[in-house]
Amino acid sequence: MGVNERKNRVLIAKPGLDGHDRGAKFIARALRDGGFEVVYTGIRRTPAEIAAAAVQEDVAAIGLSSLSGGHNRLFPAVIEALAKINGSDIPVLGGGVIPDEDIAALKEAGIREIFTPGTPIEIILQAFQEACDLHHRNRSE
Amino acid sequence: MAETSHLIKAIINRDSRAIARAISLVEDGDRRADLILTGLDPVLLEKATVIGITGPPGAGKSTLTDKLIGQYREQDARIGVIAIDPSSPISGGAILGDRVRMMEHALDHEVVMRSMASRGRLGGLCGAAGAATRIMAGSGCSIIIIETVGVGQSEMDIIRLADITALVVAPGLGDDIQAMKAGLLEVADLLVVNKADCPGAEALAMDMEAVAREKPPLAENLSRVCLTTAIEGRGVQKLAATLQRIDRLHRHSDEHTKRRQQARAMEVLDWSLEMLRPRLQDLINRYDVLKTGDPRLLATRIIKELMDNRQES
Repeated sequence: MGVNERKNRVLIAKPGLDGHDRGAKFIARALRDGGFEVVYTGIRRTPAEIAAAAVQEDVAAIGLSSLSGGHNRLFPAVIEALAKINGSDIPVLGGGVIPDEDIAALKEAGIREIFTPGTPIEIILQAFQEACDLHHRNRSE
Repeated sequence: MAETSHLIKAIINRDSRAIARAISLVEDGDRRADLILTGLDPVLLEKATVIGITGPPGAGKSTLTDKLIGQYREQDARIGVIAIDPSSPISGGAILGDRVRMMEHALDHEVVMRSMASRGRLGGLCGAAGAATRIMAGSGCSIIIIETVGVGQSEMDIIRLADITALVVAPGLGDDIQAMKAGLLEVADLLVVNKADCPGAEALAMDMEAVAREKPPLAENLSRVCLTTAIEGRGVQKLAATLQRIDRLHRHSDEHTKRRQQARAMEVLDWSLEMLRPRLQDLINRYDVLKTGDPRLLATRIIKELMDNRQES
């Protein structure tokens, strides 16, 4: 582990007033164990704060977590906040207690993947890896 | 090439994405980083003050840093913050959680914040910390705060990299303090007793005063010990002012330049060793290390091999 290798940096955030961070912390730890550098911003962040942090930290992907039902408004709001600060190229993934019928609309709004409870962690890590790879490829073009 | 000159211009124009991207290039050992670092304004680098905040885990470094940002923002200074957390020795991954306590400034364009993982380095910093301070200074930051990983006894790299270093201690971590007595305490410029409202703070402050008396005095009426209750912001204004006063004293004497010279020399050495590491590893891999005697002997032999090869090529 030296300084001369590219690391995948990702940001894990919880938008809105939902304070249930168990899921976000679980994902953050799993990503750490998978070799990712995870910027964790904690609970109760606004979409604008999350977008600004993602840009300042130069992350290759953002993971949003939600339990309490605000995802339909808050996840797309993060996409909009990123667009405002020239950060639309950063892929956004989401997860949490999200009803199946909401998934299509969230993907339509620009969320790359949605993970619901019970998704194997390997699938989630794989999706973050792919999102990071895509981001790095687009950048080097 | 076009990309790097564009990045340099954007850094000068305080573009968040460009600053962040440049720091990543340094972190990842990308060659384009060299061009960017060469393109920064040396006057800005000289003017900026690098403040190190170090101390054991849980002493309140992040909270204190957050409040210091607030103080310096009141003076309209543009602030850079580098917050370092440890990398996992097993996976190489890291949780960078210092932003949790600093989100108050997330939307302030004049606060440039970067979380960095130590990436295997043991001195409490990361290899790219020095370059990151220069990129931030090049974007107009006049004060750059480096918050180290939580330290134990000997993580003293920050002392050499920063212009001024404050060691943050808190009551209830007494054993750590004992352990640090022959290390960081001796060399930190300021000793900050945080959580000053907690039981044991007064006794700790007296201990710190005793340590401070062993050091050369800074100036009249300028104590090396500060008491803070960071979570409530108490004592932070005085701490911010003290740090700036020490900076002025150092700049009026030759201390500032002396420290910068030491910092540069240390960084050159660090980078040199880092660049040698893969070649040394290759040489080591050629031996069955269990059969080549004492590690020190093999090291001597490998260094000799490396030097001889150099002369041939």
